[in-house]
Amino acid sequence: MRTLRDVKVGEKAIVVKVKGEGHLRKRIMDMGITKGCEVAVIKVAPLGDPVEITLRGYDLSIRRQEAESIEVE
Amino acid sequence: MSIRIALAGNPNCGKTTMFNRLTGSSQRVGNWPGVTIDRKEGRLKGQEGVTVVDLPGIYSLSPYSPEEVVSRDFLLNDRPDAVVNIVDATNLERNLYLTTQILEVGIPTVIALNMIDVIRKEGVEIDKAELSKRLGCPVVETSALKGDGLEELIKEVMAAPARGAGSYPRYSDGLEAHISKVSELIKGHVPDESVRWYATKFLERDSMALEAVPAEVAEEVEKVAAAMEKEFDDEADSIVAGARYDHIGGIISAAVKRDDRRGKETTSDKIDKIVTNRWLGLPIFAAVMFTIYYISITTIGTLGSDWVNDTLFGETLIPGVDEWLSSNDVNGVLSGLIVEGIVAGVGAVIGFLPQMLVLFILLVILEECGYMARVAFVMDRVFRRFGLSGKSFIPILVGTGCGVPGIMATRAIEGKKERRITAMTTTFIPCSAKLPIIAMIAGALFFQSAWVALSTYFLGILCILMSGVILKKWHSMTGAPAPFIMELPPYHAPGLFTVIRSTLERGWAFCKKAGTFIMLACAIVWFLSAFDWGLNMVDDIQNSMLSDIGMSLKWVFVPLGWGDDWEFTIGTITGLVAKENVVGTFGVLFGYAEPSEVGEEFWDIVAARFGPGSLGQLAGYSFLAFNLICAPCFAAIGALRGELGSWKDTGKAVLYQCALAYVIALIIFQFGSILLGGGFQIWLLLAAAALVGLVYLLAAKDPFKAIGRGLLRRPADE
Repeated sequence: MRTLRDVKVGEKAIVVKVKGEGHLRKRIMDMGITKGCEVAVIKVAPLGDPVEITLRGYDLSIRRQEAESIEVE
Repeated sequence: MSIRIALAGNPNCGKTTMFNRLTGSSQRVGNWPGVTIDRKEGRLKGQEGVTVVDLPGIYSLSPYSPEEVVSRDFLLNDRPDAVVNIVDATNLERNLYLTTQILEVGIPTVIALNMIDVIRKEGVEIDKAELSKRLGCPVVETSALKGDGLEELIKEVMAAPARGAGSYPRYSDGLEAHISKVSELIKGHVPDESVRWYATKFLERDSMALEAVPAEVAEEVEKVAAAMEKEFDDEADSIVAGARYDHIGGIISAAVKRDDRRGKETTSDKIDKIVTNRWLGLPIFAAVMFTIYYISITTIGTLGSDWVNDTLFGETLIPGVDEWLSSNDVNGVLSGLIVEGIVAGVGAVIGFLPQMLVLFILLVILEECGYMARVAFVMDRVFRRFGLSGKSFIPILVGTGCGVPGIMATRAIEGKKERRITAMTTTFIPCSAKLPIIAMIAGALFFQSAWVALSTYFLGILCILMSGVILKKWHSMTGAPAPFIMELPPYHAPGLFTVIRSTLERGWAFCKKAGTFIMLACAIVWFLSAFDWGLNMVDDIQNSMLSDIGMSLKWVFVPLGWGDDWEFTIGTITGLVAKENVVGTFGVLFGYAEPSEVGEEFWDIVAARFGPGSLGQLAGYSFLAFNLICAPCFAAIGALRGELGSWKDTGKAVLYQCALAYVIALIIFQFGSILLGGGFQIWLLLAAAALVGLVYLLAAKDPFKAIGRGLLRRPADE
């Protein structure tokens, strides 16, 4: 399954499912990364991680490892 | 009649500015019970008996972060008379997510649609009446920064308690059916006005909320949740979060009449393209850090600190108080305590205040304008590897000036684990008060080589990174890891009012510490150094209790190569009051009443005590290493207590620092002396054991579990 980690800079994707549990999973969804939401990866940090994404009209920084728990299409 | 109003909103929504506007100068800062999160309270301006409570900035009323927990506890259990929900108009969609949850709690709510001036400028038009109708509560357009809309906001808030709670957000019919089922089940078990909130939280399987009802009710609720999951073919929390955002989507498409931002690049985007650019990001970061360091530590801040140290305390206050006491025939013991113990001791600490204020101003500006989040973004990769956070760099940088603001600066780190580890390790980096010790050792033993100073910074960084690796494995010390999902707020100019206010607040917190805890510690050390065991005052510190304590402890440092000299032990102890005391103490001990700051006069004595040749240099470096890494001064320990939250954890942290300092100094001296042909000492075995232990802690997957079987109780993983 493709995850947000696989989305390249400049590309967009639609969230299918948030995996994981507890704090991380809830936090991801609280920040608006929910099923059906469109997310665009806009930048990678100078050292290659984390990545900056934009969704629901604002910018969010997320580590690649955390992006892995977000399934997209 | 007394009314209580809670201020709630996302981080970066302008809440602090709004709170300052609403309460003016009547604020009180305390702590939320059990956590080290500031609880701010103030009186509403122009109203009798109205208290405003500032809730921490949160994204949701989830049960995970302490900020969220204190907020929901306050709303549910303390039930304020009204809630002002501050909503950032430039980020409406995500901000309204919290709003949907606040409305469900069933407390009369007023929405402050903040930063309305910014959003208008960006060409967005929001239909206030439509928004209010859809949300079921009054909406007031405000700009906290400019002070617009405040009168109307206060008017609406005062009317809110009488008007009562508005309507709840209504979700899809499918979900509503399940919510009403749960509502029926829990009626009577939870307060009537919060049934809706509990019902939706139960459907999310919110663990904390479920504790509010008997187990058999919780079981029934679980059946409903399971049925809902089957119907929607999704997980419960995802269904509810999705429903909230769908609901918000509906509100926004109805209330936002025009949005010129779509697909357009804002000024903030343009700035960010340069500031966090793949190639320019790191150089810009380095330049910003250098500027902060340059302004606060080496130029403006130092000017102020020198003035306080030399002119205010050195030439005015200390002689002045001394004179006043003697002209009033105050007992010699008492005047000694006051002048040498308290005034001089506290003065040494207050001397850092100007430096710190300059630093605080710059840091608040960085935080307010949104750069701090970018620092974390740029640096995260490096520090995460070592169990720290991207934001750990700031405290360490500040710590090169003074560890106290350094430790206090860790507050900006969101993850609890990273915050605590950073607070515990920040003082490893040499602060400005440690520079005289470095200069003394370099001068006495290393021909004033600049490499000595440089090497201590590397040693500091090394200790920080090693500690990060070690401490992140220590669950009881650090708690569960927090996700690093961080909003990158748009850049905006910081408000002058907020900058000044936050700076003074932090400065004042420091002064309070200097005035209480540090004063007591200074008095105790002075007492020990001025009296013998028969409680007779001594002229010579060599006859004092402190000297005896030093004598009885000196064997501890024999393996570190400090030899038979108790003076080094005493210097280390007085260094706890303030690190710049170390050199001064040697001055007293070696018979120089008023040595220069770096003790040039007795460099030859120091050199002689450590012994000749490269072994003497090694012993001196071991002394230096221990003094730099071991427990910081009382002021910094006090600050650490403030961040860690309890004396127990602070004690553990200080113990860890001392142990690490000991191990490092031991390894340096013992292995160094073998390499330099100093011959075998039995302590080499101890050093070898320490090295093996250190490597084990660094490499082992779960070292504290193995070591601490039966000794350290490790709480179950969350």
